[in-house]
Amino acid sequence: MVDSANSARGDLKLTRVTKSYGDFTAVDDLSLTIPEGSFFALLGPSGCGKTTTLRMIAGLEEPTVGSIHLGSTDITTTKPYQRPINTVFQNYALFPHLTIFENIAFGLRRRGIKDVDEAVNKVLGLVELPHLAQRKPTQLSGGQQQRIALARAIVNRPALLLLDEPLGALDLKLRRQMQIELKWIQKEVGLTFVHVTHDQEEAMTMADTIAVMNEGKIEQMGSPADLYDNPETAFVANFLGQSNLIKGSLVGTDGDLLIADLFGQKVALPRNRSHAVDTSILAGIRPEKFRISLLQTPTSGNVLSGGKIEDVSYIGVSTQYQVMMPWGQELMVFEQNDDGVAPFQIGDPVNISWEPIFTFALHGDQDAEAGTEVVPEDLDEE
Amino acid sequence: MKKIRTPYLLLLPGFAFLLTFFIFPILSLAQVSTATPISGGDIGEFEQTFRFRNYLEAFLDSREHFGRSLLYALLATLIALLISYPLAYALAFKSGKYKNVLLVLVVAPFFTSFLLRTVAWKQILGEEGFVVPTLRNLGLLSDTATITSTAGAVILGMAYNFLPFMTLPLYASIDRIDPRTLEASGDLYANGFTTFRRVTLPLSMPGVVAGTLLTFIPAAGDYVNAELLGGPNNSMIGNVIQSRFLIPDYPTTSALSFTLMAAILIIVVVYIRKAGTDEVV
Amino acid sequence: MSSLEKEAVVSRRPLGASIARWFGKNLIRIYMALAFVYLFIPVAYTFVFSFNDSGKSNITWQGFTFEKWLNPCGAPRVCEALGNSIKIGLLATIFSTILGTLIAFAIGRYLFKGRSASNLLIFLPMATPEIVLGASILSLFLVLQINPGFWPTVIAHVVFCVSFVVVTVKARIASLDPKLEQAAMDLYANEFQTFRRVTLPLVAPGIAAAALLAFSLSFDDFIITNFNSGTVTTFPKFIYGAAARGIPAQANVIASAVFFLALALVIIGQVVSRKRKVS
Repeated sequence: MVDSANSARGDLKLTRVTKSYGDFTAVDDLSLTIPEGSFFALLGPSGCGKTTTLRMIAGLEEPTVGSIHLGSTDITTTKPYQRPINTVFQNYALFPHLTIFENIAFGLRRRGIKDVDEAVNKVLGLVELPHLAQRKPTQLSGGQQQRIALARAIVNRPALLLLDEPLGALDLKLRRQMQIELKWIQKEVGLTFVHVTHDQEEAMTMADTIAVMNEGKIEQMGSPADLYDNPETAFVANFLGQSNLIKGSLVGTDGDLLIADLFGQKVALPRNRSHAVDTSILAGIRPEKFRISLLQTPTSGNVLSGGKIEDVSYIGVSTQYQVMMPWGQELMVFEQNDDGVAPFQIGDPVNISWEPIFTFALHGDQDAEAGTEVVPEDLDEE
Repeated sequence: MKKIRTPYLLLLPGFAFLLTFFIFPILSLAQVSTATPISGGDIGEFEQTFRFRNYLEAFLDSREHFGRSLLYALLATLIALLISYPLAYALAFKSGKYKNVLLVLVVAPFFTSFLLRTVAWKQILGEEGFVVPTLRNLGLLSDTATITSTAGAVILGMAYNFLPFMTLPLYASIDRIDPRTLEASGDLYANGFTTFRRVTLPLSMPGVVAGTLLTFIPAAGDYVNAELLGGPNNSMIGNVIQSRFLIPDYPTTSALSFTLMAAILIIVVVYIRKAGTDEVV
Repeated sequence: MSSLEKEAVVSRRPLGASIARWFGKNLIRIYMALAFVYLFIPVAYTFVFSFNDSGKSNITWQGFTFEKWLNPCGAPRVCEALGNSIKIGLLATIFSTILGTLIAFAIGRYLFKGRSASNLLIFLPMATPEIVLGASILSLFLVLQINPGFWPTVIAHVVFCVSFVVVTVKARIASLDPKLEQAAMDLYANEFQTFRRVTLPLVAPGIAAAALLAFSLSFDDFIITNFNSGTVTTFPKFIYGAAARGIPAQANVIASAVFFLALALVIIGQVVSRKRKVS
């Protein structure tokens, strides 16, 4: 049963792939390259097209336009059973009428391999569940099913392993544990993992490279640090972590720094963190980079004055403040509770300051709220 | 869902069969409904004359039986519904760990022959059974009145025989109701009766519709219950069709059959429209 | 009043009131019990009278005997009728299950033009009164100059059983998670292998249930059989014919035996499926 396509290896390359269902475009002119051996994440809110993209890579959907290559082999129209690609499904999709052993052996048998014992037992050891070989899927817990689904895919040593929100149904603690284990397994086995998720913390924890998707397109692609420290769009700035975006305009330069005017107050930002197209910008600073100080305390770096504390939330690790600025915008500040200083009170007049290098600038004509909506966890995308 | 030519291949044998042995016979029966006996020909020879008056004559001749059939079927369906609903409700919510056993027990009586069951009722409720003499001794029944050979016996017989067709769809529908919605109703100040009227009943409507259709349709065309449990005044349209067919009087039989089907169809369509479910199958 | 005295008053609540409360709470369970009694009356009657030491007429009780159970084929034509019913039932089941399953897969799995028309065609036989079905099929055979008998009966039974098979199998197919078949293809199974190793095993219980349903519908059918069987007697036909002159107790024996057999099969089936879930 092993086809020529089945032995393809290399980088996965999507070229100008579009998927439309009638009037609705799920994936819009998407191009991306996933390097062999990396842990790659497709991150985005539900409905952004990430699952559709994954299914096209698996062969369960066919692109309307565009091509998909694995190394030098064109796999755009090859059937799923002819691709050396395996999927870990969101609800695991374990075959209820087969034992765990037979579930794992399924792919091997279809490929004509007679002697499956060694491979199956080895992968059962890898996921630390050798004692469950003769049970049926319905007798396993969610976490165990998830690991078996992973084992069932890995045992085939695919060129690419696709994971469709595999940790969604697990509780928080188990999810954290599985995130670490998956990362370890990927390094151990050396396969290319493509992980689809809407959980940005999960993506940042596990992936080498993240592609942030929105409405069928890739907004930005890069390492977690790149995306977090240097977002290119408001969507990415708001979707990964949280951002304060302040409207302003570029008014001058100072060496490697650009000077911006934010509602009459001047701040500096590094040139290499500016994605402005013209002088109209949204200046962005992450809440944990802000420092609050009372009016008489000396400050350094960029300063925004005239703030008033509107809300205080004690979170244990940190205290979160909402500070109302003179131009009517509330800024979010996270202060770590590490210096024994009594927190600020509601109504306190304060200044906000931060190191200029932590400032980024985005093109000013965007919706500053893009990417901030809280979307309930969807179990089923298109 | 895939979109290729396979479905047509899969449908071919079954539909070819149904076309030959269902659609075609119905159509040929329809064709004979407007025929007349060949004058001077043998009994059972007819020629097509497009005599639509057959319908009018057949209907007028048997309008009493038509009315009675629809009435009996309606009453039997109602009684079956009244008996089955609490039973289905109890099965869904009040049977605990015995649920599966009880479900089997509901269907079990219908593993015996339907004719034997009906004959059993006939003998139990007849002159030689023990019910009639007992009632007579208690003074509840006069010496000349009987239970069998009455409309009541026929209706009750039909209700009994079609009980599982009513109970099972009802049960399936009621069982699907999340008991927490009933709790929520109570939490929002509704008493038991109001909860039933405003939550349980509407949510169980698909089952009610399915059950009543599965009962009414066969009941309207039945003749066995009428023959075994009823008297000469209780015969239904089924009895007429059966006896006419044996003559053979195909045109009348056919006309009566289609009139019956039309009547059933009209009632069913009106009912489904009112009840508001579109997929019955 | 001391607390002990209060307790005494409470425990002396009238027995009648306690009973009334118990009734109110369990009213529906009582109703359920009564309903079951009602359901089983004719069954019990049939069973009891299978022990009747009757001659030709089994209407009045004449004495207890095992004789009929020991010689169930004693009455003329009873076992012949039973045999015919079983043969016709098996044949009708096989054909209607095959045809119906194919149709169920077509309608349940594919979007195609004419899908709703197909649903309607399947619904029609269930909505047609048996008497019309029976009469029309017979008239077809008469036109083709085929005499009513064994095979016309089988064919007629298949006609009304197919729809029930389709509905039953379709329901089972609908409950199948499409992701399972996608997973199979993802794991190198082509379309045929996916069907053979994943789809079919998972749909099999539905097909089995449909076959069982078809057999019981065929076995118990009277009206359609009456039109199309000619001189061939089936069990229901035998009873109908004997109703006037007196049904021999052997018929009761057979019916009771069928009842217990069917009951046993269903219970075994339930126990087996429960065992499978747990092990």
